Amino acid sequence: MTEVKVPDLGEEIKKVTIASWLCKSGDHVKSGDDLVELVTDKASFAIDAPASGVIHKILLKEGSEASIGDVLALIQ
Amino acid sequence: MNNIYAKHLCQYKDLGLISYEEAYRIQQEAWNDVIKTRGHKLFFCEHDPVFTLGKLAKDEHFLLSQESIQKKGIKVLRIDRGGEVTFHGPGQIVAYPIFDLNVLGKDLKAYIRKLEQVAIDFLQHFDIVASSVEGKTGAWVGNRKIASIGIGVKKWVSYHGIGINVNTDLNFFKMVRPCGLDVEMISLQALLGASVDLKDAKTKLLKSFARHFELKFA
Repeated sequence: MTEVKVPDLGEEIKKVTIASWLCKSGDHVKSGDDLVELVTDKASFAIDAPASGVIHKILLKEGSEASIGDVLALIQ
Repeated sequence: MNNIYAKHLCQYKDLGLISYEEAYRIQQEAWNDVIKTRGHKLFFCEHDPVFTLGKLAKDEHFLLSQESIQKKGIKVLRIDRGGEVTFHGPGQIVAYPIFDLNVLGKDLKAYIRKLEQVAIDFLQHFDIVASSVEGKTGAWVGNRKIASIGIGVKKWVSYHGIGINVNTDLNFFKMVRPCGLDVEMISLQALLGASVDLKDAKTKLLKSFARHFELKFA
């Protein structure tokens, strides 16, 4: 199982908001595919798949807040 | 324009007056190029009148209905940058840096701060003292906003960017709460009491980008 985590976005950013999921549970994804869009104030940031596989579970809904390092989804 | 100490090679192009959609397509193409070949690209342009809604834009940020704005021939587009609602139109220089932040620094706030410094530095060429304001992104002259920033980043390559009101018709901003704030916008033209030569302004803006991002232009 591979974890999809909120990456370190730089010194001042501690929290992000999940703007939109670009995949759903059960989707086949390739390493590098965009999975989820985060927003923080004036920036949007897309997280891509760290590995190929199937989206096993999405852990945080759109609109919720996450901290750096939080696991957002699992890829099997 | 180029200085011998610059570290990063950058391709620059002035797109002139161009629709928002066409400029967005060019940004996406450039983003793909930067991902494949690395390097950096920078575009300057002006847009036909358009309101764009970032990820945090809300309907209440419009002071007129979106329908009545569209009836005036002004587009309203929901887009994939951070931030709220803003206006682009003729006389506003929009800069779209497609920069490889893997090289320039993987820090979103630091990147935004540098864009603010570019705008502040650019305005100094016209003897205008602007500043950044803690908690309010952009460049400000007193309590009036002259430059707005909204960025997108994928695989640590940037797109979207910064709009600086040079000769912008400020009446357009009265239709919205720019950036979700009750803020007065200002332009360089309004501050100087005369319109500014855009070609000259773009040359000065390019110098400010070169200085703050240590760029040399191809």
